[in-house]
Amino acid sequence: MTNPDRLGGSPEVLCLEGVSLWLSGREILHDVGFSLRAGELTGLIGSNGAGKTTIFRVILGLETPSTGKVLFAGRPRPHRNRLVGYVPQSIGLDPDVPLRARDLVALGIDGDRFGIPLPSRGRRRLVDDMLEAVDAQGFADTRVGKLSGGELQRSLIAHALISQPKLLLLDEPLANLDIRSEQEVVGLLARIAKEQQIAVLISAHEMNPLLPVMDRVVYVASGRAASGSTEEVVREDVLSALYGHHVDVLHLQDRILVVAGKDEGHHPELERERRTLPPRGLG
Amino acid sequence: MTTVSAILNGIFEPGLFTSEPVRVAVIVGGVVSLVSAVVGVFTVIRGQSFAGHSLGDLGTTGGSGAFLVGTNPLWGFVVFALLGAGAMELFGARRLRQRDMTTGIVLGAGLGIAALFLYLGTTQSNTTGATITILFGSMFVIRASMIPVFVLLGLSALAVVGLLYRPLLLSAVSPDIAHARGVPVRTVGILYLLAMAVAVSLSCVTIGAILSTAVLIGPAAAALRLTKRPGLAIAWAALIAVTLTWLGILLAYDSYYWPPARRGWPVSFFVVALVLVVYLLADSASRRNSRRDATHAFARRGDRVGSPGDRGRTGPPGLGAG
Repeated sequence: MTNPDRLGGSPEVLCLEGVSLWLSGREILHDVGFSLRAGELTGLIGSNGAGKTTIFRVILGLETPSTGKVLFAGRPRPHRNRLVGYVPQSIGLDPDVPLRARDLVALGIDGDRFGIPLPSRGRRRLVDDMLEAVDAQGFADTRVGKLSGGELQRSLIAHALISQPKLLLLDEPLANLDIRSEQEVVGLLARIAKEQQIAVLISAHEMNPLLPVMDRVVYVASGRAASGSTEEVVREDVLSALYGHHVDVLHLQDRILVVAGKDEGHHPELERERRTLPPRGLG
Repeated sequence: MTTVSAILNGIFEPGLFTSEPVRVAVIVGGVVSLVSAVVGVFTVIRGQSFAGHSLGDLGTTGGSGAFLVGTNPLWGFVVFALLGAGAMELFGARRLRQRDMTTGIVLGAGLGIAALFLYLGTTQSNTTGATITILFGSMFVIRASMIPVFVLLGLSALAVVGLLYRPLLLSAVSPDIAHARGVPVRTVGILYLLAMAVAVSLSCVTIGAILSTAVLIGPAAAALRLTKRPGLAIAWAALIAVTLTWLGILLAYDSYYWPPARRGWPVSFFVVALVLVVYLLADSASRRNSRRDATHAFARRGDRVGSPGDRGRTGPPGLGAG
């Protein structure tokens, strides 16, 4: 079982091979293949509706591919999958939920088990260590419904990490964050990938915040994907082939703009740049 | 000493401790309110207050039917509430709010049938008090022989909630995370709904079908204002519910001695009124706390703005749904 994508480097954690998915007569994913390695941070980039969340659902086992394989360290999915930590997009938390940030993290240890947990010193130390790892000591005792977007994001990351997964999936973790929280979360994720040697896959509709830390990119458009380093993938020929029509890739200092000209709905990056570039570029 | 005993006599009117109906009411009321409160914490967190109220309405059809055919209303309540829970799951309890027109019609029909059963039952046997007992409950008419039944049903509901404790909390945070972790989210939901059906039918018999939502939601909602820890929230809800129920029994007993009529007020009235007062107190206390917290949080976060965690509450959960 060889794949040119994974020769050399650290051990492969996850590999998708030729994954296609049909749902109610529509092909949602077409021949998607990429691999993720320990210690690497990968960006899953694409506009809304391109298929990013569906790829996550396939990896999590919530959707079964129509064709193709999902392999965890070269083997099929284990039955009770503790290898994958998952941080969903907005979780719509009820403000009444009686959980502190530390309770949320503790649920990451054994939230799927039945019965009432007994408090123990080891458990508490484990939670404290994890809170420290994501710089969450300051709001460890705050009710989860009252956390800011960035604080909740960090608590959910700790929740996902405490069961020591080999792979961490984050669905649009930077959506709805202000710039400072965005940078904090990105820095935290890059550090976690390196220090704990786990594979981190982050979906985003906007790649620029991830550019400084991204080891690899999986670019998704209309259910198809291209993967490799940023230089290999974010090019006019590759993305034009992916989109099926001409795409411009513009480099602006250390930022990249992808302009998929034909379809008005297909360039969220441009939309966002228009809104955010002046204050960021000058500031 | 005489003044102390006079005051004590005023609070605990003569015969309180020797009365058999009061003894049964204290035991049954205590068990039922404890179970309702514990189950209710998760009802509030899961946003299923309306489902809880619907189970009470559907139970009424069963309770009044049981009364018509001459069996104990408790069995009618339990069977119909369990069937109602099953039906809700079948038609998607999560989407209940979007389907409120259909639900309203079905619940209306259920109560309509209950009205028919009660009319037929009371005109046949000339016991007009039954209508009040079914709709508004009375702890003083429960037979002592029923105590073990209440205790067993209550324990089974508590056992289900204890078993599902962590998956329920995890699902409340995010059903997606729970699902990804391998929690059978749907099965957990069904089992919880069945436990809720049992809790609701127990409080239908004691507090009354119409008022059962108040004891399911009220103490839990108050407890969630008082603490941010799951275990403590359950403990607070149970403490509030049991205390208020016993206080309600005491006041109802005393009210037989109150001027001018000296004829006794219903227990359910006192319990529900006390629940409302405690909820309002807890809510205002938490508002004061959150204003203080907000000032601290502002200092902590510096100049960061626009946090989605600061969105305002949309109002108290369906306390007054009756």
